[in-house]
Amino acid sequence: MAYVGPIVRPNLMSFTAPCTAGLAAVFGFVVGNAFGSPFVGVIIGAVFGFALAYVLHQFSVPRTAGRWATIGLLAVVGLLLTNLGGAIAGALIGAVLSWFVYWLDTGDYRKNVPIYYTARETLWYNTFLFICGLVFFFLIAPLLPVMWLSFNAEDFFTFTPEMLSFDPAGYSLKHYEDFLGTDEWMVPLKNSLIIAPIATLISVSLGTLAAIGLSQSHVPGRQWIMAIMISPMIVPLIISATGMFFFYAPLGNWLEANLGLNQSFVGYVKVILAHAVLGVPFVIITVTATLVGFDNSLTRAAANMGANPVTTFFRVQMPLILPGVISGGLFAFITSFDEVVVVLFVGSAQQQTLPWQMFTGLREQISPTILAAATILVTISILLLTTVELLRRRSERLRGLSPG
Amino acid sequence: MKKTKIVSAVSVLGLTAGLAHADGHMANDMTLVSWGGAYQQSQISAYTDPYTAMNDGVTVTWDESSAEAVAKLRAMNEAGNITWDVVDVVAADALRLCDEGLAMEIDADEQLAPAPDGTSAEDDFGDLLVGDCFIPQIVYSTTFGYRTDMVPEGVEAPNDICDVFDLETYPGMRALEKRPINNVEWALLCDGVAKEDVYDVLATEEGQEQALAKLDTIKDSVIWWSAGADTPQLLADGEVFIGSTYNGRLFAAIEEQGQPIGMMWDAQVFDLDGWIIPEGLPEDRLARALDFVYFATDTQRLADQAKYISYGPARLSSAPLVGQHATLGIDMAQHMPTDPENAKNTFLYNYEFWADYRDDIDAKFQAWLAQ
Repeated sequence: MAYVGPIVRPNLMSFTAPCTAGLAAVFGFVVGNAFGSPFVGVIIGAVFGFALAYVLHQFSVPRTAGRWATIGLLAVVGLLLTNLGGAIAGALIGAVLSWFVYWLDTGDYRKNVPIYYTARETLWYNTFLFICGLVFFFLIAPLLPVMWLSFNAEDFFTFTPEMLSFDPAGYSLKHYEDFLGTDEWMVPLKNSLIIAPIATLISVSLGTLAAIGLSQSHVPGRQWIMAIMISPMIVPLIISATGMFFFYAPLGNWLEANLGLNQSFVGYVKVILAHAVLGVPFVIITVTATLVGFDNSLTRAAANMGANPVTTFFRVQMPLILPGVISGGLFAFITSFDEVVVVLFVGSAQQQTLPWQMFTGLREQISPTILAAATILVTISILLLTTVELLRRRSERLRGLSPG
Repeated sequence: MKKTKIVSAVSVLGLTAGLAHADGHMANDMTLVSWGGAYQQSQISAYTDPYTAMNDGVTVTWDESSAEAVAKLRAMNEAGNITWDVVDVVAADALRLCDEGLAMEIDADEQLAPAPDGTSAEDDFGDLLVGDCFIPQIVYSTTFGYRTDMVPEGVEAPNDICDVFDLETYPGMRALEKRPINNVEWALLCDGVAKEDVYDVLATEEGQEQALAKLDTIKDSVIWWSAGADTPQLLADGEVFIGSTYNGRLFAAIEEQGQPIGMMWDAQVFDLDGWIIPEGLPEDRLARALDFVYFATDTQRLADQAKYISYGPARLSSAPLVGQHATLGIDMAQHMPTDPENAKNTFLYNYEFWADYRDDIDAKFQAWLAQ
């Protein structure tokens, strides 16, 4: 931690008040826009921001009291202007504005920078933090309306007045009921959960083997082989899909005619193979990257001690390249789980996967059931990733790699 | 030893295959292709639910691919792998599929049920039996819905097709389908062309220019839609004031979802939707498909479908049987596009004209859109 000097309170009139006025003007613009007069909003916002900073500074209002007072004031204004939704928006703006005033006024904005920083460096430091925050905001924000809308009581992608005023009548779980309670969604979910893991297993096994082979220096023409193996990632998906359709259709017919397999089973085989092909490049790339750091003298040492190549692979090489294999597998899984183009071509209706159902549902119906499905999937992925991360930390702790 | 094992295994396989075939001559899995949404739901309730209840062991898989049925059937035919058994398409697509030999020809009197009073299927369907492969199911119309709360004050609600082109009286966005069919006809009707002359005018280069020029007057206020669900969504959002779509979608938005939308039936364009059976199905699947179609297009079944969606049954004999909505309990007759009150001014879609001119006018329309 850098040395932090005594906190100096900045000047009110030349710094805190104008800055607050600037931020409040931005909020004023947004609110004014909602009422159709953005410029009036900017002016009201700027004046309010200036006055707020002046009052809080001049009368030395204690932080807690000052913040609650601002939040309460703006919430009431919001309520008077519109409804309960407006009150919440007002409270949020109040919280941000009052935090901003105290952050500036108490000199907290310099808390984490060394004392010798110039004003410009301090500005840049805080701007940087602000940009980082914006990046997160733009990554996450589009998901929030999706989640919110999934509780809509109507069959449209519309924020109804009831929803905006937080009236319970505007909300319902019926889209979740639709998702969980009908074959229309449960069968595709089941199909996705059959197809994606098997395709992943195939692409991980084949991709890892291919990567190990291709990283041997004595393989002839390995650049070319590599290029061909990675081509599914480069060729436009629609081209691969068309090619696969004409390749797998006779293959499927042959399997049905000569081996007597039933149509639906053959359909799954076709989709799984097609998805495995799409997943292989990801596995090859990640495993090849990990193999770069692999010390080949270890395999020679293992051979020296009498281990055969298979034992060497599973006992020596595999544990060391496992992180690459797992991340490749994750990519392969997501590729298959998200894939809609190839399955539309290769699969028949019995192999309808979740993305396929979402695609048709969005095109033909525009029903918020898709939003419920998306919300559930996002929640599951967050839970999964959190679990994996917690397990990883736990095993690191157990191995003594991290102080915990 | 090993050889005999293989031989017996093969013969067992052959035997079971033979048995399965001998057992009723009909496949038990059936893949139906439709449009999804409320329409497919009405087919499930009126056709497949009773059908599977009557036929034990039959399973139905739905594929919502009717929108690209022509392209997909071509590809399937080329690959020799037809996975669909019965396909729901609009009449125009059925004609194309029939011409290309991708759909099976149907003999209405042989393969479809007669009316309860003994009238032959051919007479019962009448004029709606367009083409040799098409099995009509419903009459639907493409018409307009408008936001009742966005009608300007002091002006009466739109009730004339030309109100769509009148930006002064009815400001606001419009939703129109992203294809020339219907739009160019409406444009000419509102540009002073008499109803009976529309297709004659449209057959000429100048007529096509005239239609696009009329559409040009509202181009900046149009959102172009490509799926039937778009317009109800846009209307529910209040993003458009008026928009065209299929009358059943508007019915669902108004009566089932309670949206503030009104119907404008003027110059509604009738069209037909029905089944086709792909050419080249194996015998057992073909038998199942024919059995299903015979059942699903009889007089009672067609009338039943009208309980769930406001499309008119294609058989004359079904009309008197149309009753009330299955869950809302409202009288369905007045919501049918064929109801006399709604059908005061209708426009008849000309299949032959569009079969001949579609590619040409499509290209011009798309080029105009991109300008």
